[in-house]
Amino acid sequence: MPLEPATLTAEPARDEAQDYIWTLNFGPQHPATHTTLRIVLKLDGERVVDAVPDIGYLHSGFEKIGEHLNYNQYVTVTDRMNYISPMANNVAWHGAVERLLGLEIPKRCQYIRTILAELSRISDHLLCNGAVGLDVGAFTYFLYAFNRREDLYDIFESLCGARFTNSYTRVGGVMHDANPLFVELVRKFVRTFPKTLEDMDRLLNRNRIFIDRTKGVGVLTKEEATNRSCTGPVARGSGVTRDLRKDEPYLAYKDFDFQICCASAGDCYARYLVRMAEMRESLKIVAQAIENLPSGPVNVDIGERTAIPSKQDVYSTIEGCISHFELTMSNRGFEVPSEESYAATESPNGELGFYVVGDGSEVAWRARCRPPSYIHFAAFPHLIRGHTLSDVVAVLGSLNIIAAELDR
Amino acid sequence: MIQADTLDKLTAAFGPLPHSEFRGQSRIVVPKESMSGVLAWLKKSGGFDLLVDVTCVDYLNYRGATDRFGLVYLLASTTTNERLTVRVFVNEPDLTVPSAVPLWEGANWFEREVYDMFGITFSGHPDLRRILLPDEFEAYPLRKDYPLQGRGERHNFPVLTRARS
Repeated sequence: MPLEPATLTAEPARDEAQDYIWTLNFGPQHPATHTTLRIVLKLDGERVVDAVPDIGYLHSGFEKIGEHLNYNQYVTVTDRMNYISPMANNVAWHGAVERLLGLEIPKRCQYIRTILAELSRISDHLLCNGAVGLDVGAFTYFLYAFNRREDLYDIFESLCGARFTNSYTRVGGVMHDANPLFVELVRKFVRTFPKTLEDMDRLLNRNRIFIDRTKGVGVLTKEEATNRSCTGPVARGSGVTRDLRKDEPYLAYKDFDFQICCASAGDCYARYLVRMAEMRESLKIVAQAIENLPSGPVNVDIGERTAIPSKQDVYSTIEGCISHFELTMSNRGFEVPSEESYAATESPNGELGFYVVGDGSEVAWRARCRPPSYIHFAAFPHLIRGHTLSDVVAVLGSLNIIAAELDR
Repeated sequence: MIQADTLDKLTAAFGPLPHSEFRGQSRIVVPKESMSGVLAWLKKSGGFDLLVDVTCVDYLNYRGATDRFGLVYLLASTTTNERLTVRVFVNEPDLTVPSAVPLWEGANWFEREVYDMFGITFSGHPDLRRILLPDEFEAYPLRKDYPLQGRGERHNFPVLTRARS
């Protein structure tokens, strides 16, 4: 039934008049919210009495699109879910599809995906921590952090030609093999990045202003973190030791030596420290993986008929030609069971999982994304109550809310 | 995977629940009547302290499906790292299930989203209203009978001019 415009143009109901509490619309395009977030703040002077997050401004509708694009095409949509670390989303999506298909990817592919997931973790944490610094007034710090993201973009560009929206993974493998330039750039990054981390530490860790702005602000206790479904650095900043890389190892994480970084305070400063420490651990993983990169194929065997074969195979073998034809025609392609499964990865922000329902066709019946930002934003009103207006940006930054992940 | 005796204890308390395994994931199907009891048991006695996700699948015209909507509760334990998927099937016309917010605060936005996208009502939810779409929106976009391009609802909304905003 169509809606009646008359009902919409009527005056909206107003709250009971209270002369000391006033309402402030924070966002949707406030410079400190970075993305299109809108928060309706109820203020008593400088103090935040209540906060009502209002989301849904982007309307990408990516779960509905997931029911209309095939398993390989959908990877371009996952890029846009969290555009700060798109590679992590690519890896998560195809990990979930391969779980549904029951597919084991080759060792070399696992290593490459692990490197990419960790590099995107560094990239995400750099931006997040840099933005926290920027929001509380440390502009140089932000430049230090953002500068190194440029190197990471170079690495991704050398691998797949795209700097920002990479779409690198495929069902049963990756787009194409890693080249020597990629290995060289990663090695260079591993060599030079510790210096940046040191500089960043020196700039901010003992900075009086930064500590005063973040310590004791937005405290989330351990019980609350679990109760509110928080994962990732937000939960680990509160003392939850859960990390899927250790607890439910996927890809090649079992092969590497690294630590899980936790803090106990649960405030903005603790979350900042967890992210700083995680970058060091990620770098350790990347260094180990790039030195031990196994040789061999990056895609599953051509007989599996899931990975798109290389052009060499398509032009020179009949099997490759048939396989390519089958995979690119509609209503053909690989067999998907009429089953459903959930696969989760430890993305930079926390548990990023996809609940995929297959129905035998080349398109998912339902592609549900479990986005970490959405869950963390739900905890925001709880964290900000009682703090001042200027703490809003510190808490928002430390939760690392990405507006595209808030949408369905 | 879950511990072997968890299912036995559940069966002893709530009667036999259909159970299946797929790719190492345990799944149980819970009737709507006993779901709040089962979820409360799983949180308090089963050790599943983390509600990972609440979502819904619309099985309209799905091959071999007997129910219209299937709610999915993904549970996990932060201490033993077990995972369990709890399924609850609901059918029209009664699309009301008890809310999980009294057990996990994290269910709040998940349930609002399921309500917004599928039109399933959660009784006992503290603040059940649309979360992503405007309040005036009448359809449920993730249902299978809702077209990809929408039904032209946008034209029903008045254009806000700068002077009026």
